[in-house]
Order: sequence, then C-alpha cells, then structure tokens
Amino acid sequence: MWTSDLTLMMLEGVRDTLFMTLLSTFFGYVLGLPWGIVLAVTDKSGIRPNAVVYRVLDVAANILRSIPFLILLILVLPLTRAIVGKSTGAAATIVPLTIAAAPFIGRMIESSIKEVDHGVVEAAQSMGAGTFTIIWKVLLVEARTSILVGVTIAIGTILGYSAMAGVVGGGGLGDIAMRYGYYRYETLIMIVSVVLLVVLVQIFQTLGMRLSVKLDKRK
Amino acid sequence: MIEVRDLSKTFETDDGKVEALQHITLSIEAGDIYGIIGMSGAGKSTLVRCLNFLERPTSGTVEIEGKDLGAMTEAQLRATRREISMIFQHFNLLMQKNVIDNICFPLVIGGMKKKEAKERAKELLEIVELADKASAYPSQLSGGQKQRVAIARALAANPKILLCDEATSALDPRTTQSILQLLKEINKKYGITIVIITHEMSVVREICSHVAIIGEGHLVEQGRVSEIFAHPKTAEAKELILKGSGTDRRTLEDRQKELMKGKCCVRIVFSVNSSFEPVIANMVLKFGQPINILRADTKNVEGIARGEMILSLPDDRRVQEEMKAYLAERGLAVEEVNGYVD
Repeated sequence: MWTSDLTLMMLEGVRDTLFMTLLSTFFGYVLGLPWGIVLAVTDKSGIRPNAVVYRVLDVAANILRSIPFLILLILVLPLTRAIVGKSTGAAATIVPLTIAAAPFIGRMIESSIKEVDHGVVEAAQSMGAGTFTIIWKVLLVEARTSILVGVTIAIGTILGYSAMAGVVGGGGLGDIAMRYGYYRYETLIMIVSVVLLVVLVQIFQTLGMRLSVKLDKRK
Repeated sequence: MIEVRDLSKTFETDDGKVEALQHITLSIEAGDIYGIIGMSGAGKSTLVRCLNFLERPTSGTVEIEGKDLGAMTEAQLRATRREISMIFQHFNLLMQKNVIDNICFPLVIGGMKKKEAKERAKELLEIVELADKASAYPSQLSGGQKQRVAIARALAANPKILLCDEATSALDPRTTQSILQLLKEINKKYGITIVIITHEMSVVREICSHVAIIGEGHLVEQGRVSEIFAHPKTAEAKELILKGSGTDRRTLEDRQKELMKGKCCVRIVFSVNSSFEPVIANMVLKFGQPINILRADTKNVEGIARGEMILSLPDDRRVQEEMKAYLAERGLAVEEVNGYVD
C-alpha cells in the first residue's frame, strides 16, 4: 500500500529530477549558447564566415549528437568521476546530461539566429556596429522568442534523458520508476513516477511558451 | 564628397562569375540629392552597398571626403560608417525593440549614454512627426511610419550622407510622396547629402538634383536631372523616362477629358501606309476650319504599329459629318468618342 515513506521518496524524486534537469540545462546553455553563436556567425552566410571553425564545430556537434545517450552516459563515466567524485546519483548524471545537451542546444541556437532577418544585420553594419555588438544587440535580441522556445524544448528533452539515466542509477523519478516499477514489478510506483514526469514536462512547456509569447513584440 | 573611381564588383556564385558592376566612375557633391536609377538587376543596390563598403568592390576605389574606404582598418571603417547612414526598402527595424530604442540603437553603438540617447531620440521623433509613437513596436506601425522611424534612426548620429536603398518601393504613392518630402526637407535643413537608389523615374524627378543611370552593371548616363530629362542620350535613359511618365499621363488624361466635354470628338486609327498622305493637314486646308489634336499615340496592335489620334472637331454639325466622311474615304477607321478612357 501507499505509505508516507513512498510520498517522501516521490518528492525526493521530483526534487532530484528538477535538480538534474535545470542544472544540466543551465550548463548545456553555458556550452551550447557560444557553440550555436559561433556556428551561426562563421557559416558561409554568417557575419564572420570561417570555413575551418564552422566545419570543426559542425562535425563535433554531429558526432556527439549521434551517440545514443545511454552509451554516452557510460563513455563519460571516467570524466564524471573526475568532476563529481562518484558515478551514480543525481549530481553525477549532470555531467553526461550536459554533454548530451550542449550540441543539441547549440544547433537550436544556430537555427534561431539564422532566422533573424539579414536586413536588420545589414542595418546594424551600416551603422558601424562590430561583430560582438551585432551578436549581443541584434542577433540575440531579435532571436529571443525563438531561443526561448528552444529552452522549453531543451528542458523537456533533458528531463526525458534524465529519466533514462535511471537505468544506471542516475537518481530522480526515472531511477525510481526503473528500480520499483521495472525491477520489482511495483506498477503503482512506476505509474506515479511517469505521471509526475508528464506533469513536470507540461508545466515547463506551458510556462516556456507563455513567456516566449509574452516577450514577442512582432505581433 | 563621394568619389567612386573605376569601381567593379564581381560575385562568385555556383553558376560562375557574375559581373554586377563594371568600371563605374561618378562623383557626388556635398548637398546633392543624387539619384541612381536602373531596372531591377542592373546592379544599383550593389553600387550603394559599395559606398559604405557593406560590399567590398572587387576593384576600384571609393573615397568619402577624400578618405579611401579601401585603405581603412576595420575600426576606421566602422567609424566612417557612422557618418553614412542608410535606409532600406524593408525598413530593417529591430522588431523586438520599441520605436525609441530603435532610434537610440546607433547612438548606443556609438557609445552614447542611454539617457542622453533617449533625449536625442525624442528630438528626432519630433522631426519625423511620430512623437506619439515612442513606445510602440514596429509591428504596430504602418509602412510609412516604419520608414519614418528608420529615417529618424538614420539621422540619429548626425550623418553627413544618407543612402536610401529603394526606400519608397514598398510604399503606396501617397506615402511615397510624404517620405520624399521629408527627405527633401532633411537635405535642405541639415545639408545632408542624399543618395537615392530607385527604379522609379518619378522619384528621381521629384527630388533629385543629379542622376546616374545604371544598366547591366554599367554607368550609361549621368548628369543633372533636368538635363537628362530634356535630352536623354541613351536607350536606357529614354526607356526609363517613358516608363516613369505614369503620373504625368494621368493628369494629362484628366485634362483631355476636360477638353472633350461638350465637344464632338473622334478617334481615328491609321496604319503605317496612310501616313504617306498628310490627311489631317489636308483636311484642315480643305475645310478651312481648325481642329484640335487632343492625343496622338502609336500602339502596337498584333505586332503592327498603329497610329491613334483623338481629334476635337469644330462645333458645326454639318462640318463634323463631312469631316468624318472625308477621313473614312481615306481609309481611316473613325469612331466617335465621348469621355475617352484608355
């Protein structure tokens, strides 16, 4: 039967999942934002074309994105141990989650920036704006809505990945669903975990979309 | 002010080289409103982008106030660009920033404090008559209003030169008029040299003092607008002048309709052969009565040149009938018209 211990465990699961997801998203953007900006800027049609830099980042993003997350999780174990000191639990999962998220986030940033009307960039250039000014004051500002939609998508995806990390003792709701629901056939716990995951994704999705619509001044 | 010497621009595309501009040499004096006109694809937009080095010429030089843009470092070029503003066909405003922040933008880039920039921006909004739209976003403005904001933004940093790239092409005729008036005012009041890229002769006629005609990457003709208008030398110039007569033709037609009121008018159509005999002149001599030619034109009908004239005949009914018969005898198609419409 359902006990208060179980409730506590589920709450801890939610907390761990949020902890992993939000921190990984944050670190994912720390890496992915500059990655995407450099991709967009050094592309042929960018404001500072550079074939070599573009190619390197492009290939790196493709390679990282083609490795299945579960494999990546195991591949980076030594790195995880070096950074976090252990290889299981929520904190340890942040390392592979960040590595998996960064190139994906980079791609989304790249595509958001490329949506910005070239005419506006040209106008800024005609006013004497330099590359950094154009990136900060034109590209990121004009791409704001699209980038926020990207953040919403990234959070949902990373939350899904974090649950997958449950297979190798990653902590959080995925871990609970795996241990109780799958290994011990406690269906109720599994269902509750999954429902909680669904609710979390819903909340982030709704908040993210509302915020991006509110900040969009094009309509 | 602006000296362009032997400028060429070649684009490398997947389909090979495209020579957008070839050996363009022109000079624009301070205070001019200089029109650069050509059909679409003639290379005029590329030319205007070479004037502030948004496009780097493949060869040739551009000098602004005696300084060669090609010899400048990146930083010097950026500083020079602050003195050369630009407005565009599609306005190119920051869609996520409101009007006042858009106008502040070049000032903030130039290192001005936000508060100071806002003061200046407010002054500019007065000039373009949009003071009440300071906190509106571009998406809430009409095309003409957007272009006014773009003009205010372009004037913000006190430029010496204003480049206009098809600035009125996305606007309706009346808005075009008001924007052109504004540009004229700016030129007069602040002495800003204006370069206008357009495909519409009416724009050049309206406000330009000088004009350069670009055709297929070449400068085909340049000089004072009045001069080129009266004596176009090249085929391109003639074609543009004819195409640009749209607005004039409308007023002419209105006048024609005025003249035709209460008069007996006939439209005659003649083929090339009938022009061997001076029909109209002979008719005037024969009847001893004046006729008024309201309109004469040639039209291409099924590949054959046909002359068309609209004549206003004398008031005498009998003479009218005789004249019509006279014209018909000489193989001309005669038709009575009232309130002629093209």
